[in-house]
Amino acid sequence: MADRSGVTGFLTATRGRGRLHWTDWVSYGYLFLGVFLMFGPVVWLVLSSFKDQNELDRFPPRFLPYAQEVLTVPGYDDPLPAFTVTEGDLAGQVVGQTRRAAGRAEVVSPDAPEDRVRLTTDMLQPVEGVAFATDNYTQLFARFDFLRYFWNSTFITIAATVIMLLVNAMAAFALSKYQFRGRNAVLLIVIGTLMIPQTVVLVPLFLIVTKLGMFNSLWGVIIPGAATPTGVFLLRQYMITIPDEILDAARMDKASEWKIFWRIILPLSAPAIAVLAILAIMWRWNDFLWPLIVLTRTENFTLQLALNSFQGELQTDWPSLLAMTVLTLLPIAAVFMFLQKYIATGIASTGGK
Amino acid sequence: MARVELRRVRKSYGEVEVIKGIDLDVQQGEFCVFVGPSGCGKSTLLRMISGLEPISDGDVVIGDEVVNDIPAADRGLAMVFQSYALYPHMSVRQNLSFGLENINTPKAEIRAKVDQVAKMLQIDTLLDRRPKDLSGGQRQRVAIGRAVVREPRVFLFDEPLSNLDAELRVEMRKEITGLHRRLENTMIYVTHDQVEAMTMADKIAVLRLGELEQFGKPLDLYNRPRNLFVAGFIGSPKMNFVAGRIDGDTLALDTGERMSLPATGFRYQPGQAVTLGIRPNHVTVGDDGPIRMTVASVEQLGGESYIYGTLGNGGAIALHLPGQAGAGTGEVLTIGADPAQIHLFDTESGLSLRTD
Repeated sequence: MADRSGVTGFLTATRGRGRLHWTDWVSYGYLFLGVFLMFGPVVWLVLSSFKDQNELDRFPPRFLPYAQEVLTVPGYDDPLPAFTVTEGDLAGQVVGQTRRAAGRAEVVSPDAPEDRVRLTTDMLQPVEGVAFATDNYTQLFARFDFLRYFWNSTFITIAATVIMLLVNAMAAFALSKYQFRGRNAVLLIVIGTLMIPQTVVLVPLFLIVTKLGMFNSLWGVIIPGAATPTGVFLLRQYMITIPDEILDAARMDKASEWKIFWRIILPLSAPAIAVLAILAIMWRWNDFLWPLIVLTRTENFTLQLALNSFQGELQTDWPSLLAMTVLTLLPIAAVFMFLQKYIATGIASTGGK
Repeated sequence: MARVELRRVRKSYGEVEVIKGIDLDVQQGEFCVFVGPSGCGKSTLLRMISGLEPISDGDVVIGDEVVNDIPAADRGLAMVFQSYALYPHMSVRQNLSFGLENINTPKAEIRAKVDQVAKMLQIDTLLDRRPKDLSGGQRQRVAIGRAVVREPRVFLFDEPLSNLDAELRVEMRKEITGLHRRLENTMIYVTHDQVEAMTMADKIAVLRLGELEQFGKPLDLYNRPRNLFVAGFIGSPKMNFVAGRIDGDTLALDTGERMSLPATGFRYQPGQAVTLGIRPNHVTVGDDGPIRMTVASVEQLGGESYIYGTLGNGGAIALHLPGQAGAGTGEVLTIGADPAQIHLFDTESGLSLRTD
C-alpha cells in the first residue's frame, strides 16, 4: 500500500492497488473536467489581463501572453521591433524593422546599422517572447482613480455586512428565543418576502432612498440591504438549536437580555454568522444593479460600476477591464479563503451532557 | 439565606392546569426535596420559584417578600440545571465569573471568590478548560460552583444528578449534602428518584399531577404515608398492597384469607373496602401466617434476599428478608405481618386510616 498520508498521498489515491482501476480513470477524468471548468476561465482571465491590446486582438488567441521583442540598433533613438528573416540573403538573421508599408518593410541588421534593406513582409517572422504587460495594472492607478473605487466598494461591503449581521442576528434572536403573539406570522412575512423579486421593489425602493436624501450616497446602497430574509432565516434556524437552559442560566446569573444576546447568543452562533458573513460580503461586493441605480457620480462608483464604465458602446478598453476584474476578484477570494474554515469548524458543542 | 413559602400557587397553560394550588413552607436552612413521577409538575414548580416561569395565581414568598413580580435575576437565587447549561464557549473560570461580572464585582474579588469555590469543589485544576473537555462529574461540579460563587439566598437544583452514572451519583449526593451542611443555605432539590429524596432531604414534598400529596420529614413519610400514592412511591421495593373488606374485627382479603386487625391505631367502619399495605421488609415468614404465596423468583444478594411471588388472587407480592433466605420457585410460603407495622387505606379515597 502506498503511503496515504499527506497531500500527495491524498491526491494520488487510487482504487486499484498499484495499477489504475477503470473507476480511477473515470473519477480522475471527472475531477479534472471539474477543475478545468472551474479554473479554466479564471486562469484565462488572469493570463489575458497581462496581454497588451495587440495580443488581445489576435486571432486565434494564444494561451500565454506574448509580446514582440525589440532590438536596440545604434543610430536609432527608439528600439526597433525584431524580426527573423525567413528567406533571401539575410535568412536566419534577426533584424530590426524601421518602416513598413503596403506589404514591404525596411529593415536594418544590428551588425550593419547603416545598411537599410527592403524586404517583403512575408519574408519576416516576428520574434516573440512571453512577456507580462504589467502596464495594464499600473495604468489603472495612473489613468483611473482605482483606489477611490476600491475604497467605495470596501466601505459599502464592510458597513453593509456589519449592519446586516447585527440587524439579522437581533431579529433571529427574537424570532427564535422569545415567545410572543404573532411570532410565526412575523416569520412567515419575513420568509414571504423571499418570493418578491428585487426588480419589483426597485422603483419604490428608489423613491424612498431619494426621499431620504440618500441618492448618490454610499449609504443609499448600504441601508436598503441591511435586513435580508435569508439571513434572518439562516440565523434563526441555527439559534433554535441553542438550548434554552443556557439562556435561563444566564438570566439566573443576572445577565440582561442584551448581554445574553451579546455574550451568549452571538458567540454560540459564530458558525452560522460566519456563513452569513461570507454570503453578505459576496453579495455586497458583487452587487451591481442597485449601486448602478443609486450611484451616478463617478467619484461614488464601486468597482463593479467602474468595470462597467470601461465597456463603452463603441469601444471597450479590454486591457484595463481585464486587469481591474482580476483586482476585483482578489479580495473576495482572500475573504473566502480566510473565512471558509469557520464554516467547517462548529464551535458550538453544547454545554450540556 | 431565606425561607421560601408558596401560598396557593397555580400554573396553567391555557386550559390545562399543571400546578393546582400548592401551599408549602420551606424553613431557612432546610434541604427540601420535591419528588414525584415525571409529569407531576415538580420542575415547573421549581421554575416558578426561580422566576423563570411566571405563576398564574397565588404568591411566592422568599425571605419576607412576595416576589411574584420580581424577575428571576433579582430574586437572589441560583439554579443548577439538569443539563448543567454551562456556557460552552467560555472556560470554567469564565463560567464561574460570569454571574459576578454581571453585578459589577471588582476583578480581584471575582478572582479570589472563583479560586476559593474552585478549591472547595476540587475543580481548581480545570479552570482553563472548556466544558466540552470535562467529564460529566466535572461539569456537574462546575455547574454547582457557578451557583455557589454568587452566594445566593436559596439554591435550586433541577434533577442535577440524572445524567450521571450510578456510582458518581452516590458520590455527588454526598457532596451536595456536605455542601449544604457547610453553607447552611436553604436548598430546594427536584428529583424523580425517591432514594435521592430519602437520603438527602430534611423535608420531602411528594407531588402528583400538580398537587402536593404529602410534605414532611423523610422517615415520617416512610412510616406514616398519608395516602396510597405516597405509600407506594416512598420506599424501595414498593409497599405491597392487598385489597380487602372489614368484617367484624378481622380483615377479609380478596385472596380469600382472613387477617386479624390491631385493636387500636386505625379507624374504620364495618364492611368498608380497605387496602392493606405491608412493606416488603415487614413481611414475616412463618407457619402461623394467614396469607399464602407462591414463589415466582428469588434474588440472593448475600446480605439480604428478595423473594417475589403471587398471592391467591393473582396479585404480586415482594419480600425483603435479611440474610440468605432461600426458597424454591413454585414453593408455597405462609406469610404474615407484625400488626404494628401494617398500613390500612380506604380503597375509595386512598387515604390512610391511621388515627395517630
